[in-house]
Amino acid sequence: VSAALREGQTTPTELCQKCLALIKSTKFLNAYITVTEETALKQAEESEERFRRGQPLGVLDGIPVAVKDNFSTAGIETTCASNMLKGYISPYNATVVQKLLDQGAVLVGKTNLDEFAMGSGSTDGVFGPVRNPWSYSRQYKEKSASKSHSEDEESKWVIAGGSSGGSAAAVSSFTCFAALGSDTGGSTRNPAAHCGVVGLKPTYGLISRHGLIPLVNSMDVPGILTRCVDDAAVVLGSLAGHDPKDSTTIQDKFKPFELPNLPDVSKLSIGIPKEYHAPGLSSEILALWSKAADLLKNAGAKVIEVSLPHTRYSIVCYHVLCTAEVASNMARFDGLEYGHRSDTSKSTESMYAATRREGFNAVVRGRILSGNYFLLKQNYEQYFVKAQQVRRLIANDFRKVFGSGVDLLLTPTTLTDAAPYTEFIKEDNRTRSAQDDILTQAANMAGLPAINVPAALSERGLPVGLQFIGRSFQEKQLLTVAKWFEKQVEFPMIQLEEMMRHDHGVLQHQKSASFS
Amino acid sequence: APAKGYGGVWRRAWQCGAGRLSPVPRGWRAFPSNARGGAGSAAKCGLVPWVPVVGLEVHAQISSNSKLFSGSQVQFAAPPNSLVSFFDASLPGTLPVLNRRCVEAVVMTGLALNCRVNKKSLFDRKHYFYADLPAGYQITQQRVPIAVNGSLSYSVCVDNKMSRMVTKTVRIKQIQLEQDSGKSLHDDTRSQTLVDLNRAGVGLMEVVMEPDMCCGEEAAAAVKELQLILQTLGSSQAVMAEGQLRVDANVSVHHPGEPYGVRTEVKNINSLRFLAKAVDYEIQRQIEELENGGTILNETRAFDSKLGCTIPMRDKEENQDYRFMPEPNLPPLILYDAKSLPANMNHQQVVNIDWIHERLPDLPSVKRAKLVEQYGILPEHSFTLLNEDGLTEFFENVVNQTQMKPKKVIGWILNDMLSYLKQHSLTVKESPVSSFLLADLLNLLEKKEISSTAAKQVLAELWKGEGKTPLDIVKEKKLELIQDQKELEDICQAVIDARENEVIMVVLG
Repeated sequence: VSAALREGQTTPTELCQKCLALIKSTKFLNAYITVTEETALKQAEESEERFRRGQPLGVLDGIPVAVKDNFSTAGIETTCASNMLKGYISPYNATVVQKLLDQGAVLVGKTNLDEFAMGSGSTDGVFGPVRNPWSYSRQYKEKSASKSHSEDEESKWVIAGGSSGGSAAAVSSFTCFAALGSDTGGSTRNPAAHCGVVGLKPTYGLISRHGLIPLVNSMDVPGILTRCVDDAAVVLGSLAGHDPKDSTTIQDKFKPFELPNLPDVSKLSIGIPKEYHAPGLSSEILALWSKAADLLKNAGAKVIEVSLPHTRYSIVCYHVLCTAEVASNMARFDGLEYGHRSDTSKSTESMYAATRREGFNAVVRGRILSGNYFLLKQNYEQYFVKAQQVRRLIANDFRKVFGSGVDLLLTPTTLTDAAPYTEFIKEDNRTRSAQDDILTQAANMAGLPAINVPAALSERGLPVGLQFIGRSFQEKQLLTVAKWFEKQVEFPMIQLEEMMRHDHGVLQHQKSASFS
Repeated sequence: APAKGYGGVWRRAWQCGAGRLSPVPRGWRAFPSNARGGAGSAAKCGLVPWVPVVGLEVHAQISSNSKLFSGSQVQFAAPPNSLVSFFDASLPGTLPVLNRRCVEAVVMTGLALNCRVNKKSLFDRKHYFYADLPAGYQITQQRVPIAVNGSLSYSVCVDNKMSRMVTKTVRIKQIQLEQDSGKSLHDDTRSQTLVDLNRAGVGLMEVVMEPDMCCGEEAAAAVKELQLILQTLGSSQAVMAEGQLRVDANVSVHHPGEPYGVRTEVKNINSLRFLAKAVDYEIQRQIEELENGGTILNETRAFDSKLGCTIPMRDKEENQDYRFMPEPNLPPLILYDAKSLPANMNHQQVVNIDWIHERLPDLPSVKRAKLVEQYGILPEHSFTLLNEDGLTEFFENVVNQTQMKPKKVIGWILNDMLSYLKQHSLTVKESPVSSFLLADLLNLLEKKEISSTAAKQVLAELWKGEGKTPLDIVKEKKLELIQDQKELEDICQAVIDARENEVIMVVLG
C-alpha cells in the first residue's frame, strides 16, 4: 500500500475513509473503544499534502493504524476498558504513539482490551467482549455449520484472545494495517494466534514504555500486530530505540532493518523445548508443531530437542510477580488527581475505598488483593523474593539453551484454537489466564523477543499460530525466520462474506495488501 | 515551659556522658528532680538511674534545579501546583528518570560524613495511601542506599559554658535518596483538604543517625553540625524554617545494663530549639511514665511548640505495612570510581566518586581548625564564626584590612557586632557596617588615634548606616586622641591655670 500511495494509485484520505467505513460495518466485533474519525481524516489530509509535495515522511506515511486503549494519546480518551479511566484524556502521547504520528501514520482509533490488560480473552473490559472476526468467516461457518445446525449463531462466536484482542481483531478485519498491543504475559501473541495475524513481542528494553499504562513494569512491552512479518519489521524499525523518558530502554542505537526476500534458515539451529508439550495442548496443534519442525529440518536447519527445566514453575511465579506489581501500580488510582471519583465524602479513606470499588472490576480488585498479600512483610520473602529467584532460573534456562548454540526456539503459541465465548466465560479469569499464558509468559519473564506467526486453520476453521522465541535484541534473526515460515505455510486469507456484502470494493482492494 | 531550652536543670545530669562509648552518664546517681513537677516519684526512685537514648532521621531537601525524577523546577513558596509535571501528578504511563545532580549531592554528603559509598544501589517503592502522595507509593532506597556506615563529629559544651567544648561522634547508618511528598492543607471549617504538589517529587536525602545521643542538646548540636556540612557542600540549603531540613527523633530510656526501652518517634521537628525541647520533654515524659508504673507505646508523636510538649499523632497510629517492593522502572544505580570507570563511557552519563571526592570543599571542622591555627583565636570562637552564615568571611575580610591582631578583632566581631545584629535580628549580610568600615575603625583604634571607648561611640554611629566613614564621625565628634606633645602641654597648662586654687592646695599637700 505504501508503494500504491507513492505511485498515486490511492490516497491517504481514500485509504482512511475505507478503513473508517470498515470499522463502521464491523462495529459488532467491538474491536474499537474510540474511533477517531475526525482527527484521522485530518491526519490523512496532512499526509496527502505531503504526498502531493512529493515529501512523504516514510513507509508509514498515510498508513491507518490502531492503538490499544492502554497507550496514552493526547486529546483522545484513554480508558484501559475500565470505569476508573472512563473519560480520562491524557495530556501527552505515549512515545510509541508519538513516533507513529511523527512518521505520518494515521490513527483511526483506540482498541478494546481486558480491563487494564488483565485477561486473555478480551472479554473482561467495561465495554464488553471483542468478537473474533473469524467467527464470521466462511471458513469457520462452513466447518461449524456442518456440526450443529440447531445452535443459535449468536452463541457460536469465538473470542479474540487477549488482552490485545481489539488490536488483533482490528488488523484481522482489515480496519487498519497495523495495531499496537501490549504484551506482559502473551497479550499480543495470544490474540494474534486466535485472530490469524502476526504478533511481535520485542525484547524488553527495545521499545519505550513511556505512556503505556502499566500492568507489570518489569515485563510489559509494546507489541506489534500486523498482517505480515515484513510489516512487523517496518513498525519495529519505526518504534525501537532509546527513550530518555524510559530508563529501562537500552542506550545502544537501533538500526532499522529490512528482511531478505528469500530468507535462508539452513545455517540455523532451532530448539524444540520439550516442556512446551504442556497438558491440554490440542493434538492438532501438536501435529502442526511437528510439521513446522520438519519443514525447518527439510530446509536444512538443525532441529534439536532442548530442555527448559524451570518452565513449569513459570506461570505460578508470573502470577505472584504480576499481582504484586499490579497492586503497586494501581495504588495511584485513588480518585484524587484524575479518573473516577466516588461521591462518598465521609472521609478521605472512605472515598478511596468507594472509588476503587466502583472503578475496578472484580478481576483487577482480586489481583490487587493477592498482590498486596504477597508484598506483606511476613510474606514478602516467601512469595515475592522466591518468585524473583525462580524468574532468574527461568531466564538462565533460556541463556543456557541459547549459549549451547541454539538460535531460536519453536513452540506453539496457544494450547487450542479460540474458544466460543459461551465456553470461555465458564472459567474465571484467573484460571483462563493461567491456561492461556502458559506458553507465552516465560518469554516475558526472561525479557526475550517472541513472535506469533499464523500457521494454519484448525479443524473448526479457526487460526492457529506458532511461536518463535529469539535471543535478546536479535529481532532481525527472529523476524527473518518468521518470514521464511510465513512463506512456507501460506496461511489462508480470512473470507469475511458478510462484510464483503457491505464493502465489496474495500476488501477487494485490501485483501492481500500489506503496507510495505 | 517544662525545660529551659538547651540548658534545662535536669539536662545536665545526662549530658556529661561520653557519648555511646559510655552510655551511662556520669553523675546519674544524683538524678535531679525536674522542673515539671515529677519530683515526687523521681525522688522516691531517685537512685534508679535512667539512660536516655536518642537516634535521629534527618530529611534534607537536595538543592537542585529540578526534582528527583522529573523535570519540574524546585522552588520554595511558588504558587500552589505550579511546579507539577505529569510524573509528579502520577499520570498513568509516566516513568521516573533519575536526576544526576541529586545522586551527586548524596555522594558528596556521604563522603563528607565518612560513609562507604555503594557502587550499586537500588530503588524501592514504599506504599501508603495519602492525599499528598499521588502515586500511592514513595520511591526510596530501603534495601541498598547510596551511602552507609559513616560518622559525624559534633561538639557540645559542658556545663553550658562555651569555654568547655567536648567533641562527640554519632554513627551514620545510611544516607538514602528518596522523593518528598506534596503538602496537604486541611480546611476544617469547610471540612476539605487541599493538596499542593509543588513539593511532590523533590529530591530528599534521609540521613539516618544511630541512637548514639542522650539528650536534646546533643541532638540539636549534631543536627547543627550536619546543617553546616550540607550548607558547606551545597548539597542542601538546609534552611529549617523553609522545611529543607526536617528531623524525626527516636527516643527511649532504659536502666544501665538492660536492653533499650520501647522507643517513640517524634516526627517532623523543624527547628533546632524545638528539637532540643522535644527530645528532652520526651525523655522526661517516658521516665515519669515508667516510674509511675506505666508503659511506653511504640508510637509516633508530634511536638507542639506552643505547649512545649509531645502529643500522639492519631492518624499515624495504626501499624502500617508499607509493602516494600523493588522499583521496576529504574535500573540499579551504578556509581564509578577512577578504577572502575569504563573508558568509552560518556562522562555526562556517569557519576565518578573519586572526582567528587577530590572536589570536596573544606568541611566545617577543618575550617575551624584552620581559623584557630591561622589567627590564634579560641576554638569556641571558631564555632561562633561558622555558625553564622557569612561571619567567617566577614572576620577574614576585616583581619586582612587591619593591622589589629586577629585575636583582638574577634572580640569586636563577636561581642560588639554580633550582639548588635542579634538584637536587631539581622544577618551578617544585612549588616549596615561593612567589613571595610569596621576595619577602618579598628585601624584608627590600633593607631591609637582614638580610644577604645571612643571607638564604641563611633561604632554606634556607624550602625545608623548614614554613609559616613569612621574618620568623618571621629572628626565630627572630636573624638581623636591628641598626639602632639605641645598641644597636650597647652591643654594641661590651661587646666592648671584655670584652677589656681586647687593647684596651690595640691602643691601644699
